[in-house]
Amino acid sequence: FCLPEAIVLNTKVLKKLKGAFQAFDTKSDNTVDIKEIGTIFYSLGFFPTQADLQTFTSEVEDERSGYIHWDRFLPAMTKVLLEDKFPPISDELLLQAFEVLDKEKRGYLEPEELTDYMTKEGEPFTQEEMDEMLTAFTDEENKHIYYKDVIPHLTLERKM
Amino acid sequence: MGCGVTKSNHLHKHTTSTIRAAILIQRWYRQYVARTEMRRRYTWNIFQSIEYSGEQAQIKLYNFLGYLMDNFTPSSNERNLISHIFRENEVCRDAEWERFFCYKNIEVPEIYSGPHLTFPLTVEEAVGLVEAFRNKKQLHSRYVLQLLLETWKLLRMLPNINRISTCHSKEITICGMIKIFFDSGEKPYVFNGDFVDRGRDSIEILLILFAFLLVYPSDVYLNRGNHEDHIVNLRYGFTKEVLNKYKMHGKRILKLLQKIFSWLPLATVIDQKVLVLHGGISDSTDLGVLARVDRHIVRNQHVMNLRRRDTTAWREYPLTRTQMWTPQPSAGSSSVGPLSRIPNPWEPDIASKILSRREEPTLNAQINKPEQDSLFLSTDSGSSDTTVDEWKQILDLLWSDPMTQDGCIPNEVRGGGCYWGPDVTEDFLNRHNLQLIIRSHECKQEGYEFCHNRKVTSVFPSSSMTGFNRGAYVKLGPDLVPYLIQYQASSMTRELTVRQSVGRTERSALRVLREQLFAHKSDLLCAFRKFDSENKGLVSLNDWASTVESVMHLDLPWRMLRSQLVTCKNSEGTIDYYEWFNELAITGSKTDVRTHRLLETLYRHRSTLETIFRIVDTDNSGFISIQDFRQTWKLLSVYLKMEITDEAISDLAVTIDSNHDGSIDIDEFMEAFRLTDKKSRKKRMEGMEIKCTGTSY
Repeated sequence: FCLPEAIVLNTKVLKKLKGAFQAFDTKSDNTVDIKEIGTIFYSLGFFPTQADLQTFTSEVEDERSGYIHWDRFLPAMTKVLLEDKFPPISDELLLQAFEVLDKEKRGYLEPEELTDYMTKEGEPFTQEEMDEMLTAFTDEENKHIYYKDVIPHLTLERKM
Repeated sequence: MGCGVTKSNHLHKHTTSTIRAAILIQRWYRQYVARTEMRRRYTWNIFQSIEYSGEQAQIKLYNFLGYLMDNFTPSSNERNLISHIFRENEVCRDAEWERFFCYKNIEVPEIYSGPHLTFPLTVEEAVGLVEAFRNKKQLHSRYVLQLLLETWKLLRMLPNINRISTCHSKEITICGMIKIFFDSGEKPYVFNGDFVDRGRDSIEILLILFAFLLVYPSDVYLNRGNHEDHIVNLRYGFTKEVLNKYKMHGKRILKLLQKIFSWLPLATVIDQKVLVLHGGISDSTDLGVLARVDRHIVRNQHVMNLRRRDTTAWREYPLTRTQMWTPQPSAGSSSVGPLSRIPNPWEPDIASKILSRREEPTLNAQINKPEQDSLFLSTDSGSSDTTVDEWKQILDLLWSDPMTQDGCIPNEVRGGGCYWGPDVTEDFLNRHNLQLIIRSHECKQEGYEFCHNRKVTSVFPSSSMTGFNRGAYVKLGPDLVPYLIQYQASSMTRELTVRQSVGRTERSALRVLREQLFAHKSDLLCAFRKFDSENKGLVSLNDWASTVESVMHLDLPWRMLRSQLVTCKNSEGTIDYYEWFNELAITGSKTDVRTHRLLETLYRHRSTLETIFRIVDTDNSGFISIQDFRQTWKLLSVYLKMEITDEAISDLAVTIDSNHDGSIDIDEFMEAFRLTDKKSRKKRMEGMEIKCTGTSY
């Protein structure tokens, strides 16, 4: 067991966390709705799974009020940062993932195939999520999803 | 593939690596969607805060006009200009108006392919109008004027407060704005204001609204919103839209609309229990008073009566202004704890912010002699105090917003109306024996919001300006329990993907924001230098953010926006601010500091300036004389406490009058900014595109 080197967050990082938190503090009372925690994480460049979010939320929620207070959010987030818990998914990794699904190596997926995977495996999509994804990714003309093209267009830089 | 296969077969078919791949993709996609949502939120915030600051400037404009009224000298040149400005507000006899708006000699040519209307209007014609507009037809000005005249006649009969009742089977629908889903059945609809200034087809929407009002007079109810006001329209684009679409008769149409807006009812009460209005209430709102005012002349009266103050009252002019926005301190409100964004109105520095000036105006104003009255309104008035109160009542109704804390304080963000708390709601509802308030006025991302123990419901449609928030409307049955129906925005958003619609809106929001930043360059520069003690021209990212925050007074997440607003960056996490200003620059290499400041100020206040010009241009010709231009600018500079020499103004005027004919084309003047802006904006956009999603339209 060794102590992590930097236990105290520097002000820059602190302000970044504060900024992300405050963007959702609609009542200006230093709390955010737990439903927004996912978005806050993502905006900071983390990629937690739904299960990760659930765990995090259950640890920091204010007595099942539906809200998380800054005072509990900050230490928990600090831990996340130090342990680099939810690292981003690189483009290469993503490409590999798509290639696993594209067994015949055609360079594209059919909408039905993608739907099959996304709605039945892992942490399944809702119908709404699936519809949106298909609308965003499907090529107009031949109704294929050319994942290689899609990936760079939609990747956003990690903010931290 | 996978059709009709059971789950256990799936598990056999899909190996662990497949499952892992799927999870990864899901995770990544959700993250992407969430980030898009975040950007959508910022964009929305940007528009909102800029719109609010626009509204704030609007009220300042009113103040400025009132200030003009009070403070000119009989012998000065300004008097002509001011009488020129306010000739607009003369009240004509009704017969004169009817003559002015006569449509009878307007011919509709054979080749006109738009809809034809006959009066009294039929349902088929109203429905036909909707169809025609959908097919991008334009209604001929003759029919427009006719339609508006009939509307005006109808509106004049209506009381200030509509009263409707639900029968056992009828449901009432309350929309934030018009949404075209008229059934053929007789279902009452209440439209809650802000019909215009929300997109490019405001006049068409208005015409449809009025058409259905004429055809179903007992089923369509309109409430006035703060955008149903001709000065607001000047700023926000409706005026321009009408003048563009109706080049010959646009001015008449606008004048008639001005009258119509002033005649719109102020609120609607359903079953004596539910109050529907556009903005909200204050702790002094009294429906009894509101029911009795002459709603169509109250504003003019206000402006008029400020002039009638005697010497002692003039010294109290600044205080009177404060009283416009500050309600009487009520018990307990001063003991409210620190509010993070809303300042305490009774602190001296806030008070002075609200006031225009305390010291002697440099126009050497004296008290106006009574005989000047003949230049202005000729109507008589009641006691001046009552009229001020009436004006405030209406203002509160149209501009206020609810807040979570108790009390009632001036609405600093909008510059008009107030923020009111749950205790005020409670008190108001009890006093008037009501149970619910339904209002609009604030853009809500979900389209609706409850507050004050569910006694206040805000409902807002999607704005075609941003086009991506969800809209909502309210249905109310005889049980008076409201239920909300939410919908996604227009068909346009469905066609664009989430990514595209956010990208487009975001870009326009960012562009507006960059313009604002540039307009504050001098202040920002000063502030940056304070952090840059060694004069290296560099500030840290953090210092950049806090500086911008304090100078711009816009409540936005600057740290998160930084990467979109500053594309030049040093590797150690610092920003070269001179380089950044070059990035934002719109005027190229103007080395003359004085001219630069002038231009910058002009740019910053260009909306106000444009609005004033358009007011000065009373015949809506698009031109104002050099003389008027000089005087307007001079007055504005006094009001803004700027120091501009006569020489500088003259130089400016001469430069702008490019053909030396003694008049200035307003559009050309404003376009001068936009043109130079367009060039550098294009460059910036190209640079952005490469970094961004790479989507092209």
